[in-house]
Amino acid sequence: MEIDLFSVITEWLPYLLGGVVVTVGLVASALIIGACLGLPMAIGQVYGSRPVKYVIGLYVWFFRGLPVLVLLFMFYFTIFPLLDPNIDAFVVGAVVLGLRGAAYQSQIFRGAIQSISEGQMTAARSLGMSRVMAIRTIIIPQAVRIALPGWSNEYPNILTDSAICYAIGVAELLTRTSQIVAQTYITMPIYLLCALMFILLNLAGMRVIAYLEKRVAIPGFSGGSHTGIV
Amino acid sequence: MSEKTTDDYILRVEDIHKTYGDKEVLKGVSFNVRKGDTIVFIGPSGTGKSTLLRCINQLTVPDSGRVWLHDEEVTNSGRKINRFRQKIGMVFQNFYLFDHLTAIKNVEIALLKVKGMSPEAAREKALCELRQVGMEEYADHYPAELSGGQAQRVSIARALAMEPDVILFDEPTSALDPELTREVLEVMKKLALEGMTMLVVTHEMGFARSVATEIVFMESGVIQETGTPAEVFGEGGGFERIRSFMGQIGDLSGD
Repeated sequence: MEIDLFSVITEWLPYLLGGVVVTVGLVASALIIGACLGLPMAIGQVYGSRPVKYVIGLYVWFFRGLPVLVLLFMFYFTIFPLLDPNIDAFVVGAVVLGLRGAAYQSQIFRGAIQSISEGQMTAARSLGMSRVMAIRTIIIPQAVRIALPGWSNEYPNILTDSAICYAIGVAELLTRTSQIVAQTYITMPIYLLCALMFILLNLAGMRVIAYLEKRVAIPGFSGGSHTGIV
Repeated sequence: MSEKTTDDYILRVEDIHKTYGDKEVLKGVSFNVRKGDTIVFIGPSGTGKSTLLRCINQLTVPDSGRVWLHDEEVTNSGRKINRFRQKIGMVFQNFYLFDHLTAIKNVEIALLKVKGMSPEAAREKALCELRQVGMEEYADHYPAELSGGQAQRVSIARALAMEPDVILFDEPTSALDPELTREVLEVMKKLALEGMTMLVVTHEMGFARSVATEIVFMESGVIQETGTPAEVFGEGGGFERIRSFMGQIGDLSGD
């Protein structure tokens, strides 16, 4: 039987593109959750009291120490069902990738904060700023800029990791690809199409990050030069 | 400063002690400052001059001793310290400009965030202070785009903008080349002549001689000798230690 590859692809492409949307949603949620938790954790680890530092250290150790798949199963089959038995797999996937990302992002931000000279805080305090105000107005704006190049690793990491949500049935790119393969018995071209989608997503995201880096760059301080394929 | 009554002192420093590890850096330092005074602290390195300045605005907390601004105690003031620091400006050896902000924003930020001024008022005030130090045309430059002398002048403008009662200068020219040193000293001299109260730690003897109302010589954590420039640089007796110290740094700098 002759298979008309072109018509198969046009038939299934909308479904696959739906997977792209789900993947983008998953990655965006995970990055946002990761940043919203990671930055405060970094601040806590640098400026917090001993117990605060200890608890954050424990968190980082836990989420960096376990394979993503183990975390995913743990949350999907045991922790989340306690909260809501009908929990959506997408939510679990986004939260797990986000919580894990927070552990990594916290260390990126911590490094950035610690690289800022002590004098910045000293000068801010000498003008009558409280510690909290100095952290907010002086330290964080600098730390975020310094962190950006390192932070840009987070995007491809989360993007590629997101495919593992296949295992809990999130209808993302890989899940839908497998479904199409199962329906059509066409393997290689469909998987190549899936790979192409991931690569395009990667390029698009890296472009956005490069743009951001340029946008917030400060002469002689950050964003001096950007190298790479995008 | 001994004959006058105590009530015209704006800053009083009483018996400051500070120990780091087993090294006692300050062994009981006391002095008083009158409005408009320029007090220059000289002495060998590592004798606690910078630590003393930092103890005044509590960036370094002394082990004992007290600091009074007007009639209020600065030491042991808890959260009120942030209010005192608005009144006690500081200029650092390495400028410590905020690296992510332009010159004018460096001056503005505390006006906005600490004093709660409106953006327009803060901008106007910041421009005015930059003009004072001759840096108006560099308002939109970032710290990395400024020479050391320019950066230090911006940091002086930043301190001035808060309208402090006194400014502490911690070796303001030690990180600068000689020609950049001059432009910073000129700004400081102008401030002194305009009546700003200043405490200056420096090795610039020319500045001490022409601007100081009082020269304080510190060594080994205590004030060894104190005198006016006329007394210290004049023909009279005494001041052997200051003179031998000045002889040493004179030899080093070759004049």
